[in-house]
Amino acid sequence: MSSTTIEIISRSKYYNWLVKNLFSSWVNTILTVIALIFVYQVGSFFLNWAIFDADFRYNFQGELIIDRGFCSKNIMPGEYGACWAIIFARWNQFMYGLYPIEEAWRVNLIYALLPLAIIGILFDKIPFRRYFIYFTFIFPFLAYFMLYGGPGLSVVGTNKWGGLLVTLFLGVTGIGLAFPLSILLALGRRSKMPIIKSLCVVFIEFIRGVPLITLLFTANVMLPLFLPDGVNPDNLLRALVAVTLFQSAYMAEAIRGGLQAIPRGQVEAAQSLGLSYWQTTRKIVLPQALKIAIPPIVNTCIGLFKDTSLVLIIGLFDLLGIGRAALADMTWTKLYYEVYVFISLVFFIFCFGMSRYSLYLEKKLKTDNS
Amino acid sequence: MSTDQVIHLEKVNKWYDDFHVLKDIDLIVNKGQKIVICGPSGSGKSTMIRCINRLEAHQKGTIVVHGTELTNDLKNIDLIRKNVGMVFQQFNLFPHLSVLDNISLAPIWVKKMPKNEAEDIAMSYLEKVKIPEQAKKFPGQLSGGQQQRVAIARSLAMNPDIMLFDEPTSALDPEMIKEVLDVMIQLAEEGMTMLVVTHEMGFAKTVADQMIFMDEGRIVEQASPDEFFNNPKSDRTKLFLSQILNH
Repeated sequence: MSSTTIEIISRSKYYNWLVKNLFSSWVNTILTVIALIFVYQVGSFFLNWAIFDADFRYNFQGELIIDRGFCSKNIMPGEYGACWAIIFARWNQFMYGLYPIEEAWRVNLIYALLPLAIIGILFDKIPFRRYFIYFTFIFPFLAYFMLYGGPGLSVVGTNKWGGLLVTLFLGVTGIGLAFPLSILLALGRRSKMPIIKSLCVVFIEFIRGVPLITLLFTANVMLPLFLPDGVNPDNLLRALVAVTLFQSAYMAEAIRGGLQAIPRGQVEAAQSLGLSYWQTTRKIVLPQALKIAIPPIVNTCIGLFKDTSLVLIIGLFDLLGIGRAALADMTWTKLYYEVYVFISLVFFIFCFGMSRYSLYLEKKLKTDNS
Repeated sequence: MSTDQVIHLEKVNKWYDDFHVLKDIDLIVNKGQKIVICGPSGSGKSTMIRCINRLEAHQKGTIVVHGTELTNDLKNIDLIRKNVGMVFQQFNLFPHLSVLDNISLAPIWVKKMPKNEAEDIAMSYLEKVKIPEQAKKFPGQLSGGQQQRVAIARSLAMNPDIMLFDEPTSALDPEMIKEVLDVMIQLAEEGMTMLVVTHEMGFAKTVADQMIFMDEGRIVEQASPDEFFNNPKSDRTKLFLSQILNH
């Protein structure tokens, strides 16, 4: 086949697709045109505002923007778009909060190692996976040491942590701790032992019946009451406890859905072979149940990651908290759109990543022989 | 008690809530015996053999397997399950494991056998059921008959003395029934003690040395195949046999 025929075929394929999907009837054609106009209008407005007419570090006169007065849109109202200088000026706070800047390399190191710590869990067919998994288990201790400090490193209290660091800390640690807890809760809820079962039911239903904000307040105010005198866990830890409990209740229900989808015969076959309850659970039930539960599990993870922004209510400066603090600063006030668009973008990147990963997994598991 | 006696059920009763599934079941199985159990659906025949490895718990009476009485004691249950294999109507293979892993799983985890040894055993049983070439495949890639043969191999790999078959061919397409029955006949010839719930009367005639007919939770008739098929005593058995043999 010559290259021109290939071209013609591929062009006609493209043409056929267009006709079939976008212009098959006059109603479809009108909808297509309206949709295109809408997309063009919104898209061009946003791109102009966010990129083409926007200031980054310098304004249209070439001056470095050091406060909102230098923003092109404030010098020539109506002519210019976003003024991203606030993000640059506050970059360190967005990334590290009030973490001492000379120690920020420690946070950067952990940011850089985080993908290595989770890659072994996310993908099963990478080379040296075993070592990645080892690293996954070392990572929490390494991260604690690097971020908080200890022998050889100056201590940076969690009250100095902020921005993306707090968001990721709560999100990743919350999900990581909630996962094993939720498996136990889900198994417990299906247990035949009445006390364990009712404990799990009460826990799950109580946590699910209460808004996260309430839990955060409760953890903040009540946790010290349950602990011995003098032990005063810091705010971040209290938030982590609340977030983990909240997440584990939701995840447990997602996993329970997976458990319920496993036919009784699977357990009976394992029992008839002499496998114990825990062997049956670990080797037969959970591998199948978790597979089924992946979409709802990821769903709750995405929900949790976004919900971490609620901690600003108990005085923690996560990404959103830092953004609001930046807006409260007189030199930058009123640049709401820039700050919120930036924060949205950061959240979107992480959540979209999780969502794509879930799709990838579903597709992979469907083709994985079962 | 004779030493040949491997299973002894005495006045076994079981209820599902108000429903009385098993009524005063008495049964003695000797070593090497092949017992075929038939009866209409809901007659309690599956429930009875599922009580023998405690997949169902009975509420009254005693069940003794190899001299060990089945109670709530988990140690006894484990002991009995190690010696009693079971094959199910729906095969119940583990879909997320390869055929080889399905078979070697229990030897590795229950008998703590080294992996390569367990896999050698698994392969030898796959050869016995005549599908060694399917070892690397997953259950979903096999036909029903092949899956059931894997399930038999999986059970045999634990080296049980007693095999329970719960309607092993009922979920199979007709052309696959023979390949499964052939394996079971071979097993019978090797002297395995077998309790088989089935409606395959041809198989029963070839293999069984005892026939049991159950109805409404009772053992209505227990006899040698010869007597059972040619001269059944109860009217209920006659009716049942006329229904299943005449088509």
